Amino acid sequence: MSDTDVIDAVVDRHRRDGTRLMQILREIQEQLGWLSPATLTRVAAAVGWPRAMVSGTASFYSFFHTRPRGKYCVLWSDNITDRMLGNADLMEAMCKKLWLEPGRVSEDGLVSVNTTSCTGMCDQGPALLVNYRAITRMTPSRVGEMVGLIRDQTPVAEWPAEWFAVDDNIRRKDILLANDLVPGQALSAALERGPEKMLAAVKDARLRGRGGAGFSTGLKWEACRNAAGSGTAPARYVVCNADEGEPGTFKDRVLLTSYAYLVFEGMSIAGFVVGAKKGLLYLRGEYRYLLEPLESTLAARRKNNLLGKNILGTDFEFHIEIHLGAGAYVCGEESALIESLEGKPGRPRIRPPFPVTSGYLGQPTTVNNVETLAASCLIAAHGGEWYAQHGTEKSTGTKILSVSGDCERPGIYEYPYGVSVRQVLEDCGATDSQAVQNSGPSGVCVAEDEFGRRIAFEDLPTAGAFMVFDETRDMFEVARNFAHFFAHESCGFCTPCRVGTTLVRNMMDKIARNHGSPYDIDELFKLHRLMQGASHCGLGNSACNPVFDTLNKFRPAYERRLKSLDYEPAFDLDAALSQARQMTGRDDAGAHFAANSEDEAKA
Amino acid sequence: MNATNTFQLDGEEIPFAPGQTIIQAAAAHGAYIPHLCWHPDFSPHGSCKLCTVKVNGRFGSACTMEAQPGMEVENRTAELDDKRRTLLQMFFVEGNHFCPSCEKSGNCVLQATAYELKMMSPHFDMFYPDRPVDASHPDILLDFNRCIMCSLCVTASREVDGKNVFAMGGRGILGRRIHINSESGRLGDTDFAATDRAASICPVGVILHKRKGFAVPIGERTYDLAPISAQVKETRS
Repeated sequence: MSDTDVIDAVVDRHRRDGTRLMQILREIQEQLGWLSPATLTRVAAAVGWPRAMVSGTASFYSFFHTRPRGKYCVLWSDNITDRMLGNADLMEAMCKKLWLEPGRVSEDGLVSVNTTSCTGMCDQGPALLVNYRAITRMTPSRVGEMVGLIRDQTPVAEWPAEWFAVDDNIRRKDILLANDLVPGQALSAALERGPEKMLAAVKDARLRGRGGAGFSTGLKWEACRNAAGSGTAPARYVVCNADEGEPGTFKDRVLLTSYAYLVFEGMSIAGFVVGAKKGLLYLRGEYRYLLEPLESTLAARRKNNLLGKNILGTDFEFHIEIHLGAGAYVCGEESALIESLEGKPGRPRIRPPFPVTSGYLGQPTTVNNVETLAASCLIAAHGGEWYAQHGTEKSTGTKILSVSGDCERPGIYEYPYGVSVRQVLEDCGATDSQAVQNSGPSGVCVAEDEFGRRIAFEDLPTAGAFMVFDETRDMFEVARNFAHFFAHESCGFCTPCRVGTTLVRNMMDKIARNHGSPYDIDELFKLHRLMQGASHCGLGNSACNPVFDTLNKFRPAYERRLKSLDYEPAFDLDAALSQARQMTGRDDAGAHFAANSEDEAKA
Repeated sequence: MNATNTFQLDGEEIPFAPGQTIIQAAAAHGAYIPHLCWHPDFSPHGSCKLCTVKVNGRFGSACTMEAQPGMEVENRTAELDDKRRTLLQMFFVEGNHFCPSCEKSGNCVLQATAYELKMMSPHFDMFYPDRPVDASHPDILLDFNRCIMCSLCVTASREVDGKNVFAMGGRGILGRRIHINSESGRLGDTDFAATDRAASICPVGVILHKRKGFAVPIGERTYDLAPISAQVKETRS
């Protein structure tokens, strides 16, 4: 099949619908390897969009390649937990064996090796993606074998199956993970209640969003239900946010692996309540390997009359589609996610209007977290009052934590809300802990004297990440890793975040090179104050949190790197010569600035 | 206009029509709220964040927030102008801005705003990005070194010219840039015309008309005559 045949087949399958651009581009790239200028032109013509818009989308997402990529594209997950498991040495070894510089495609076009943001395998790292397939538990010997397979050009599909094994690692179950619901049970209970009573039950349960912000699910559904659709084809939509991009979070991956029926059932219940006929599950690109199993779960539900028309003999109609993301953390923000669902760059919208009144395709849309939707099944089956008995007054129910880092038993822990940080640390076998990064980089860094604090909206709200650092860890390096993450993931729309995240990253790197001064610390605080108030969305607003927290709680980790000066310029004369050294192949003393100036001083 | 439809801007009473944003009402009244990406002729973009004000004690963008009766809006306070100065410095370090050699000097909104807010230096170390110039079009030169990502050209080309010559694409500090609507990525391969609204909308010196250098001498240009804060009404076209 020629390239144009491939392109035409894909766009035709998607009805030449531009709002399906993300899926069109991904499917074409899976077959052709990359998105060439001619490909983008052809796609733009087929969907009837300006070409600049198509290339604008293609260039926004990390997993789309608008330049030829290697036949093998290796991306090492670079979360701090992967770092702690030694990913940097492994990646360096891999590059050396392949005679490759990170980020470059080899001369023969065979392979490229680079880093990517957390792939959600923190409990079984170091992890990587090969041609966007997830691989866990990398070791030095696996690196050696992998290099061999790449050199021999063995197709990824023929690589050892155990490399692709992803474990659930469920360590503690509570009402959600230990549920005994059979597929259809919760949905049929909801249908029996009727939409009003089901909504009332969700309100009685006082269910709050599990994505971290904790907005009342009942109010969200009610607002969506009460909002009128617009235009000639008014509709409402349910969107399941499975763009689990917060570093250190992987509980949605487990829910989608072993509890997918519950998630789809929750979407259907939400659709029933708000009056939607269509649900969209936005799955992060890193979880591409889950697409086929999820599709077969959907097929089974259709077969069993749990999806489609006349569900369970009623006149309720609901359909679910899965959309894959392509490597952009910002799409976890609900309005950016909707932009992405519409085929555009994931840029958070100006709000208001909020998605519940004007969301997907301008129609009322409820966007809910995977875990929230799954929890709604328990409410449908057991009632709101039963659900509200669990957890605390303001945080009912349970929370699934993704535990990783320095502990004996990393994995998935479900607790009733109100559990203390100390309790979780005990249960996961963490000793000598100095800090926990709660809810990921955009959350809160909890120090030892705060381990009595509780996981709950009223104390420590969380999206699920729980990264443990023992006393051997350097909390400055933790914050620096997160600063790099935010600089990489900033969408670039607003000035404070686009430029600010890069300035923060540069300052952290300067301090890491032992070129920092107290002046730089003041600058970091200043940028934190600016970005927190002036940024367009939560990414920029929280991007300085890890720096701010560690500066306040682990100040010595910074201070031992500072020069005892008031000011130290960011410009480093010797570093500026590095390009010249690389070009001339010199690295002797005479090619360094410090050495030269000393010589001159002697002369 | 309803007598109760007023809000306080730095203590001054500003009337507004329902549906107007804070900056629209302020501009109609001749009050200056610093801004770069907002233009009275177009829907707000909300990206530059220069118009960040404090509304009843909370930060918000004056270009996207609707005016409400009785709002207390802080605008030209030391705290806010200090933040704006930092934002301006961010613009100056992320691009390549050399005012003395720029044809737009004196007519440039970025430069004029920096003067207005008394920005004395770029403060941060420069990024020196590599941004190619596009001289492929017979009548227009694009110098992306000066781009501030305001998207006004995108909106003007789409909404007024009906052409979609530009689109914002890419991500983050390295990727985000204007995409041109041609396979080559060059302006010369599009239907862009010097008479397009988009050809005269750029607040900085990215979109320049060829063969029209320094027609008005430096010293006699728009913001040479009066500071930008004194020309609020005049900028409404």
